[in-house]
Amino acid sequence: MYKIVVKRELAPKIKLFEVAAPDIAAKTKPGQFVILRASETGERIPITLADSNAQKGTITLVFNEVGKTTKQLGSLKKGDCIPNIAGPLGNPSEIQKFGTILCVGGGVMVAPLLFQVSALRKAGNKVITVIGARIKDLLIFEKETKDLSDEFYVATDDGSKGYNGLAFLKDVISKKKIDRVVAMGPVVMLKTVSEMTKPFGIKTTVTLTPIMVDGMGMCGACRVTVAGETKFACVDGPEFDGHQVDFEQLIKRQRMYLPEERLSALFHERLGGIKLGRG
Amino acid sequence: MKGLEESNLAEAKAEKPPQDRWHAVPMPKQNPKDRAHNFNEVALGYTEEQALAEASRCITCPNPGCIKGCPVELDIPAFTKLIKEKKYDEAILKVKEKNSLPAICGRVCPQEEQCQKLCAMGKKGEPVSIGRLERFVADLELQKGVTVPSHADPTGKKVAIIGAGPAGLTAAADLAKLGHKVVLFEALHLAGGVLVYGVPEFRLPKRIVQAEVDYIKKLGVEIRADALVGRLFTIDELFKNGFDAVFIGTGAGLPQFMRIPGENLGGIYSANEFLIRVNLMKSYLFPEFDTPIRVGKHVAVIGGGNSAMDSARSALRLGAEQVCIVYRRSREEMPARLEELLNAEEEGIVCKFLATPIRFIGDESGWVKGMECIAMELGEPDESGRRRPVPIKGSEFTMDVDTVIIAIGRTPNPIIQRTTKGLEPTKWGTIIAKEETGETSLEGVYAGGDIVTGEATVISAMGAGKKAARSIHEYLMKKALQ
Repeated sequence: MYKIVVKRELAPKIKLFEVAAPDIAAKTKPGQFVILRASETGERIPITLADSNAQKGTITLVFNEVGKTTKQLGSLKKGDCIPNIAGPLGNPSEIQKFGTILCVGGGVMVAPLLFQVSALRKAGNKVITVIGARIKDLLIFEKETKDLSDEFYVATDDGSKGYNGLAFLKDVISKKKIDRVVAMGPVVMLKTVSEMTKPFGIKTTVTLTPIMVDGMGMCGACRVTVAGETKFACVDGPEFDGHQVDFEQLIKRQRMYLPEERLSALFHERLGGIKLGRG
Repeated sequence: MKGLEESNLAEAKAEKPPQDRWHAVPMPKQNPKDRAHNFNEVALGYTEEQALAEASRCITCPNPGCIKGCPVELDIPAFTKLIKEKKYDEAILKVKEKNSLPAICGRVCPQEEQCQKLCAMGKKGEPVSIGRLERFVADLELQKGVTVPSHADPTGKKVAIIGAGPAGLTAAADLAKLGHKVVLFEALHLAGGVLVYGVPEFRLPKRIVQAEVDYIKKLGVEIRADALVGRLFTIDELFKNGFDAVFIGTGAGLPQFMRIPGENLGGIYSANEFLIRVNLMKSYLFPEFDTPIRVGKHVAVIGGGNSAMDSARSALRLGAEQVCIVYRRSREEMPARLEELLNAEEEGIVCKFLATPIRFIGDESGWVKGMECIAMELGEPDESGRRRPVPIKGSEFTMDVDTVIIAIGRTPNPIIQRTTKGLEPTKWGTIIAKEETGETSLEGVYAGGDIVTGEATVISAMGAGKKAARSIHEYLMKKALQ
């Protein structure tokens, strides 16, 4: 059992937990994730680690309440426990001095991006950061990211704050000498950024978040095609070369269980998860 | 569902014991029509009367072959004799001297290849149903409540066991009985390994696995779930944290794919994913349990092993109209237990032999809708001694399918090998360990089960766990004297 020691609401439906998990905290590096279960009948879901504090023995999780599990997770209070957390899983991000790095984060993934930005800065890089959200109310860690970055931009899908969409990025990329791009966010955003940087030949690392079950290489639910080869995001990733990822396939695979996800959310909202008396 | 079990039991009771001693007492089962639609256990277990009749067939040979056929050297004639005398409590204790997971072994061991193969009765008639008798006494004890044997005085030594599957659970139990402090590290949220994520409820109810895991806990073993050794702690760190020896029983849990076009379409599962969803995550109870599973009308299962049978039979129970097992060799070469193949066929599963898929075809949404196959013929024997399947030119044909489960084997979990300096792997990714002792290339580090042999059986992994426990004990005692 893993106790929630801090709970904050960062934006509507976006929650932050600091969770006591000393062994995981001691090992966590930017780019890694955990698999957790929110209840004894729960599914296993991956969440990218947003921070860790080895001294305090805590890890930080930021998530958006979209489906049944994240809603259930969001209803937990400070002092409550999460039944299962396994990690840190996946390969850590490559942190070294590259020169100038453009970091692009979208939605809830701005939180783990901040973790990486901080490490990249410490490694001596010049960091240009772009954070985005659908609307301005959903922007998170704006100040924190800005303070850590050498250059900083905001974009929203509806233009309610900062740039309208990511089209402006083309300008940034073409005018500056950028050595590497790091992108974390929704798949569509990752695809857009990768397509934008490809003509410039800038190595672009994207963090993939496909459906996972065990998260340890056992099931293959998270398989993605990268440079024509099947890879498992959990053990071969979660970071891959954005110019080599088959995004169309990934988008289709992420939608595989949409009807069931809706059913599950509805079942728990309307019926409170009553037993159906089977088996 | 209780009513159903009772009616089946009544039927089973009505069945008369065999008239001649050359025939085994048949195992009462749920009838195929009912069981194809539920996840309740298929084999219902012997009644006392049936167990007594079957035990009486054992002639207590002076030089019993059965013991030699058992990887954990169970004293079979001794426990069947105790059953004959109705001393069931003593019988289970006799079993547990060698086997800490009898209710599991009684269900999933391939006895026909092991103890029963060497049974004297088998020379003229059917061998004694040793597995069914083992299950009978184990289930009886679980009903009554398990007694914990006294164990040796604490030795002050600590052993880390990595992986709570059959090998790890066995090694943990034996070492705890010898007085060592044992911590069992399990990467998933539940202990049991393949017994919880691989073998379905209808073949091995999870309450049985849980009961046997509870027994191991009662022996004093501490189980740490959610702990993926290699990531959370390395083996070096375990030693630094005060462990005196380590046993690696991480198994073969990585899925193999066919590497043919279209394999990443929706609706195509590895058997591991399919079975993990159904068994570990209980998606057959969705939405009470959160993990979904999608099974269409026409399901193809590729492969001929026990995982193929388990996947096919699970798909049927999840509502598939038609389930077809596609296997590249013929019936004779199938690695699955014959009993499971027969069970599957009784339930209405069809086998297509001598064929293999070469391409999957998807619809616009990225979901599988068809599978192009090629027919095979058997050529010369390969390394495994089985005749190698060779494609027949021009024999391509298409099958309409909306779900495919790829059950062509599992490979060793690689994380320990990748994160442990000096631990020698083979080119197949297994760990090199001595067969008799489990010793690896590192001092104090032992390994056994599928991680050493590649995918094999529950009981052979348990045998390896047992041997390793013995040599770990010797190693620790020797070290204590130094």
